[in-house]
Amino acid sequence: MNAPDRKLLSGNQAVALAARGLGVALGTGYPGTPSTEILEEFSLLGGRAQWAPNEKVALEVGLGAAYGGARALVTMKHVGLNVAADPLFTAAYTGVTGALVVVSADDPGMASSQNEQDNRRYAVAAGVPMLEPSDSQEAYDFLAEAVRLSERWKLPVMLRMTTRVCHSLTPVQAHELAGPAATPHFERDVAGRVMIPAYARPAHKRLRDKLAELAAWGETAPLVRRIEGDRSLGIITAGISYAHAREAAPGASFLKLGLTHPLPIEAIRTFAASVRPCVVIEEGDPYMVDAIRAAGIAVEGKAEMYRFGELNVGRVRRILAGDTSPEAPLPRGKPPQLCVGCPHRITFETLGKMGCIVAGDIGCYTLGVLPPFEAMDSCVCMGASIGVGLGLRHVLPEAEAKKVVSVIGDSTFVHGGITGLVEMIYNPPPTGHVVLILDNGTTAMTGLQEHPGTGCTLDHKPTGRLVFEDLGRALGIKNVHVIDPAKDRPGFEQLLADALARPQLSLIIVRRPCLLAAKRDLALARASEGG
Amino acid sequence: MANDVVNIIVAGLGGQGVITASDILADAAFRAGHDVKKSEIHGMSQRGGSVSSDVRYGREVFSPMVPPGEADFLLVLAPDQVEINRPQLRAGGVLISPDAIDENTLPNRRSANVALLGALSKHLAIGEEHWLAAVRAGLPERLHDVNLAAFALGRAAAKI
Repeated sequence: MNAPDRKLLSGNQAVALAARGLGVALGTGYPGTPSTEILEEFSLLGGRAQWAPNEKVALEVGLGAAYGGARALVTMKHVGLNVAADPLFTAAYTGVTGALVVVSADDPGMASSQNEQDNRRYAVAAGVPMLEPSDSQEAYDFLAEAVRLSERWKLPVMLRMTTRVCHSLTPVQAHELAGPAATPHFERDVAGRVMIPAYARPAHKRLRDKLAELAAWGETAPLVRRIEGDRSLGIITAGISYAHAREAAPGASFLKLGLTHPLPIEAIRTFAASVRPCVVIEEGDPYMVDAIRAAGIAVEGKAEMYRFGELNVGRVRRILAGDTSPEAPLPRGKPPQLCVGCPHRITFETLGKMGCIVAGDIGCYTLGVLPPFEAMDSCVCMGASIGVGLGLRHVLPEAEAKKVVSVIGDSTFVHGGITGLVEMIYNPPPTGHVVLILDNGTTAMTGLQEHPGTGCTLDHKPTGRLVFEDLGRALGIKNVHVIDPAKDRPGFEQLLADALARPQLSLIIVRRPCLLAAKRDLALARASEGG
Repeated sequence: MANDVVNIIVAGLGGQGVITASDILADAAFRAGHDVKKSEIHGMSQRGGSVSSDVRYGREVFSPMVPPGEADFLLVLAPDQVEINRPQLRAGGVLISPDAIDENTLPNRRSANVALLGALSKHLAIGEEHWLAAVRAGLPERLHDVNLAAFALGRAAAKI
């Protein structure tokens, strides 16, 4: 039977619950599938949770909180860590006073992402410890362990999750967590915190010393679990791959790694020597298998074909059987589409009709690439629409250059588009440029999160608001317009045609609320009236 | 060890209540004392595209995903999603398609997901009290009557 306080939780909910139990003083991040629900849940549980404009700012705010002696949690999807990489690498040098845990939610198989980068590489590159839970109970327990490690070694710690750990529901037994958080206070530590070269050189040595200590600790840590089974098959695994592998090979011996950076190489060596064959089962890049082989330990890995996409029980069985025959293609379902009545529809119908070259961006509106619109020509990363549009304008023949439009959503603009506008003012193409901010007043794709442009906090309370048209004018953009395309479709078409014809810079804010957000806001308003 | 695990896939289109249905199913199995894991893909699926959710329960469940082609039950909410998902069903597995219930008899068509759960419930060894508790826990109070009625209709309509 299930105990009364045992609950079915997603990995994201489990992290939030643990964060509350640990007295995390501040949770911050930027929405991104599959990480988004962690902070939303933390807020619902009464935690102080904030959306930052982007992951870099979130990590810096979290780092400041941890310098102040608090426990801080920073969440993001895998590509968010690219944005936050700059502070991460040097935060590893400075270390922290309190605790800093960075959740990297990776998306192998790209359920909702533009790439399937494997962020385990970041732990190695930045020199931060990394824990990888395989289910919600471990997500809960490992957050607590990450906080303990961060406080013990005064280092930022990465909690690397994946889509199936973040979003799967599995049972969680809550329990008493690590002792209370310290009271925040400021401690001056100039040489430890001000990374001029003279202080950074010893800081790098300190980091390597800490990692060496941590590696020695990890060899016998409870995070490294050995499950005795048949010696005729040994499996080294971590994260969600453990769940698939236990099922694919129930009789095998397992070395299950909760700590995957630094890797417990001697524990791995001992295990590998006790079984034959010894197979490394990991999703994504051959990260563990390469590191283990580099240490002179003979292990088997997976064929290159299994580097792509998620693993599942069937694929792990194939890996173990050495089966490299072509896999049955996954059934092709109905692709997602822009909602009926979505304001983006008019924008993409217009862009298509006018034959624009569209430098696109990340959000619901990326669906403008699909039929019936087929009106997007590039989508790379958050904010890239503006830079890519400018680059195209710089080099294309004039007739083509004049058709280039950058299209970016409101939340994405705040995240990564502002510096693009600065670039546009500083290095304007001879033909000018046209930027459309599709302002539907929410971060729709990830589930209707607030952002600085909505003027509401994570929990939908009023706060300062970034006004895009004011920003555009302040930057010195000559033509700044705001229009609701549904209210005045011919006016919108004319505005766009005029902007494209002028060799000047234009910023058009296409403003109409997301239907889903409007519905949600109505429900919130009703609830607060009723409440 | 994993042999006693029951594998169920709930499929349909975004907005049909696939996730709600699989949440209720997982909760009912959990209330009945099983180890439960449930998995699906969020994100892009919210925009009207195909959605499917895996629910597994038994004494001890490892992977949250039903192994390819090993679903014991396939519950589909949209007629055009039946064939796409059929390969997930094992030989001899049970398909519960939208025509398992007459939508016109439902107090509200939006509760078709819960009605199909009712049909599924006749096949599973999970006590009715756990189902009813899970329906109540998984939906706001104002929707309880409509959905409990839909569940009962689906359960009565199940042909076994």
